[in-house]
Amino acid sequence: MIPQDSFVIVAKIEPGCLNGLRSLLTTMTLTGSTGIADPANALVPFRNYEAIHFARFVVLADNTLDDLRAYPKLSRSEYQPYLCFMVDCDGDAGELLASMAQKANGLRQIFSHCEGFDDNADMLAWLKAHRVKPMASYVNWVGRSVVQVREEAHLHSLLRSALPNIGQHAPQGIFAQLKSVVKPGPLTPEPPTPLAWRIGNWFDLLLPLVLAAACLFLIPVITVALLCIGMVLFAVALRRHEQTDPFVCQPYDAEWVKLLRKGEDHDVTNQYTAMGSIKPGRFRLWTEIVILYGINWVARHICTRGAIGRIGTIHFAHWVFLDQRQRGFFCSNYDGGHEAYMDDFINKAGFGLNLSFSSFIGYPTTDWLVARGAWLEQDFKRFQRHHQIPTDVWYKAYPGLTARDLARNSRVRNGFEKMIMSDDEIRRWLAEI
Amino acid sequence: MTVKETIRREIHADDIQAIARTGFGSLNAARYMLLRITEADTARGWLRSVAPASMTQLPAEHGQEIRQIAFTAAGLRALGVKCDILKRFAPEFVEGMAGNENRSLRLGDTGANAPANWNWGVGDKEPHVLLMLFSDATKIEVFADWMMSDALAAGLSKIEVLSDTDMDNVEPFGFRDGISQPSFDWDRPRTPGTKADQDYTNLIALGELLLGYRNEYGLLTERPLLDASEKNAGMLPSGPRDRHDLGRNGSYLVYRQLAQDVRGFWRWVADEAARCGITKEELAQSMVGRELDGSPLADLTVGRSIPGVSARHEGSNDFLFDTDPDGLSCPLGAHIRRANPRTGDVPGGRKGPLDSLLTMLGLTARRDRDPTSSTLPWPRNTTVWPIFRSEDDSIASARFHRILRRGREYGEKLGRDAALAPAAAEEKERGIHFLCLNANIARQFEFVQGAWIAGAKFAALTGEQDPLLGNREPFPNTPIANPPQPTDGFSRPGAPPYCQHARGLPQFVRVRGGAYFFLPGLAALKWITSN
Repeated sequence: MIPQDSFVIVAKIEPGCLNGLRSLLTTMTLTGSTGIADPANALVPFRNYEAIHFARFVVLADNTLDDLRAYPKLSRSEYQPYLCFMVDCDGDAGELLASMAQKANGLRQIFSHCEGFDDNADMLAWLKAHRVKPMASYVNWVGRSVVQVREEAHLHSLLRSALPNIGQHAPQGIFAQLKSVVKPGPLTPEPPTPLAWRIGNWFDLLLPLVLAAACLFLIPVITVALLCIGMVLFAVALRRHEQTDPFVCQPYDAEWVKLLRKGEDHDVTNQYTAMGSIKPGRFRLWTEIVILYGINWVARHICTRGAIGRIGTIHFAHWVFLDQRQRGFFCSNYDGGHEAYMDDFINKAGFGLNLSFSSFIGYPTTDWLVARGAWLEQDFKRFQRHHQIPTDVWYKAYPGLTARDLARNSRVRNGFEKMIMSDDEIRRWLAEI
Repeated sequence: MTVKETIRREIHADDIQAIARTGFGSLNAARYMLLRITEADTARGWLRSVAPASMTQLPAEHGQEIRQIAFTAAGLRALGVKCDILKRFAPEFVEGMAGNENRSLRLGDTGANAPANWNWGVGDKEPHVLLMLFSDATKIEVFADWMMSDALAAGLSKIEVLSDTDMDNVEPFGFRDGISQPSFDWDRPRTPGTKADQDYTNLIALGELLLGYRNEYGLLTERPLLDASEKNAGMLPSGPRDRHDLGRNGSYLVYRQLAQDVRGFWRWVADEAARCGITKEELAQSMVGRELDGSPLADLTVGRSIPGVSARHEGSNDFLFDTDPDGLSCPLGAHIRRANPRTGDVPGGRKGPLDSLLTMLGLTARRDRDPTSSTLPWPRNTTVWPIFRSEDDSIASARFHRILRRGREYGEKLGRDAALAPAAAEEKERGIHFLCLNANIARQFEFVQGAWIAGAKFAALTGEQDPLLGNREPFPNTPIANPPQPTDGFSRPGAPPYCQHARGLPQFVRVRGGAYFFLPGLAALKWITSN
């Protein structure tokens, strides 16, 4: 299988260049569909890169800096806006970056609006220098490549149009006739999984388990004692923070939401980018770091087959820190409308929202890190709209397809490639077409 | 109806417009007067005198003349409600149903449904006031004429007066309607979010209907609160933190006039049914998800009572889709399954602690129906534990997305066989005045309409919208979606030999007008008309 990877480039925008950059980014989008990338745009023609699932350019201009006033100790430093370029792809992201940097006139033009960009500099080196590693990443289906997605979608649509014209009624007859009528072209077999990735993945999977086991076996008493003390101390500190964190009003700005909505619902999938500042102090920061480590681990090793927890509508998501971990941003690509996404999240995975975002300033008050928070429905919804920023350019390699479509298409393909199926299996398979 | 004695004490029934409690079924005629305000001063005086019936005036007796009143945001503005106060109402209400393109897209108001094609609802046809009149068919004409002449004399102008037809609880396509309605905890407050809510409940917190009461999150939905210092604030019920509550006992009323092409519907159904070798009634029933008389399709009834299903609707409303995850009895995309998927907080309903934990992590065990069931077209796999199918979990927690419908039919009744005959030269429109009440337009009406009815990916389906209500506009329809993706399909899983996909469904229902209204409590009405 081809594992998925991503790169995130973050660079400070040169003062005075923001408007120029914004209008340049607009030229990459389709007229009439705000923020939707033209796959063949002249600057970064995404469609030429078959490895790319999703990509976005987004100006990280924080809408919430006024909220910092609630913390008198925080110096409200004037953050400059950043430009973020994020790509989710098949195979090694470093290789993709290198190949994009080779034909980089468009990228040059874009990043020339950023600080410290030198026209003569080596593009790849510059990009690498500005690459940041997300604290946590989620991939809907580890190993499903763009090529596979497209081939399977094509197969599914062929089968769908062929099905009504099949004269047969017995399952075996329908199956045989479909197989002879539908010629989808080559269905690329699953390539071997790169050994290096496998080793890395095993290492990442086992590291915390082995460490935990080692501690428990070698120094059981100390480990248990430290754990107990640690948990008590953590609980005390947590409750103190939860009860004393200042309240920060999260206003509903109708004009802002209107602006955000402009970039939504052009496809069955939508983009989401939100940013904010982390509450001051080591406690909140380190809690966040540990939680994001946990989320990343779970996403990488457990939730790899179509859903994270009960949420089956996210294609890719990333949590990234900024400014020496004083701020952070979150990006996702989700199926369905915004309201449905948020309701789904609150009702099915409110605890996950609380875990991963309660360290941000303005988040609705949580209890014990998991309770309340997102369940303060309207407070939470205002919080997330307040922190959301418009995504300037957003590319999706397979418009019109949801994550569930992709999983269904894979099941259809698996059936199609089978030599023998029982009558029942065939009926179930046909029902999915 | 015995309403007075069963209401909990903190509910001030005399402040709540009666439509929150009843559809006035005993009054067989209605008129919906859509008015604009031209002279605010005189209009206020007249609006004060309208005297809408409150819940304490129930039950409505035959021959009675009932008035109910609601305002759009434009109407409140025209009556002099300050911008700063208006902004505290729900943003969807302030923007209006046709307020922006993204909303129209989400609600399916594109193509033939686009607000530009509406008879009323936009521009100078955006109503300010909705006056609903209910009475007997013999009296309604005189009643409405009299109200209208008063309104015109008081500085209001008429956009439309829409009338209804008593079709005996059968909607124009010929199906019994109005069966699936939520019940509210009028008598004693329910505690939402307990383990019991892992199962579907039809009993919903009053705060989903009226502002100022606890909703399904156990919270008070945001609504306009006034400082004591604000003008006339003292007229309003007191709210939290010494403020006065303009929203309390009010609700948001969604009005959409939906024209139904009854001939087009039955013609298409008859043709498609002939192609599939079934009767037109069978096909139509699977599209609706109910039989013509309102009974649920086979094998969905559950062996326990569902909270909030009244005895009156036992047999027609006490069923779930839990045992039919593949849509073999009731297609996944059937109208009633979209309008209310009857899901609890966790897929498949209540579970033990270990199962609950696994569910939270997305490892959902599927609860299959008894494999000996008569309607199964093929034997199933016995459940392997845990099966992970995120599709089964695509829709959860219906309790957050319920609306209380108060619609009525209009136009001439047309039987399904008569519908197949050629139409008369000048045929009048028929359809439904779809009215519903909810406390949070975004989470209730817009969610149901957008994600469930108009959504082309509901329940992991592909290329389908609601078989009755869909606008059949391709989605997505941007230049990148090449070709544009159709939404005019309807699939019946399990229909022999495996699954029947119908394609090319025409549009059967067209939006003719619509608006979001605020249905105030009576004290709030006094405040609105006294500025």
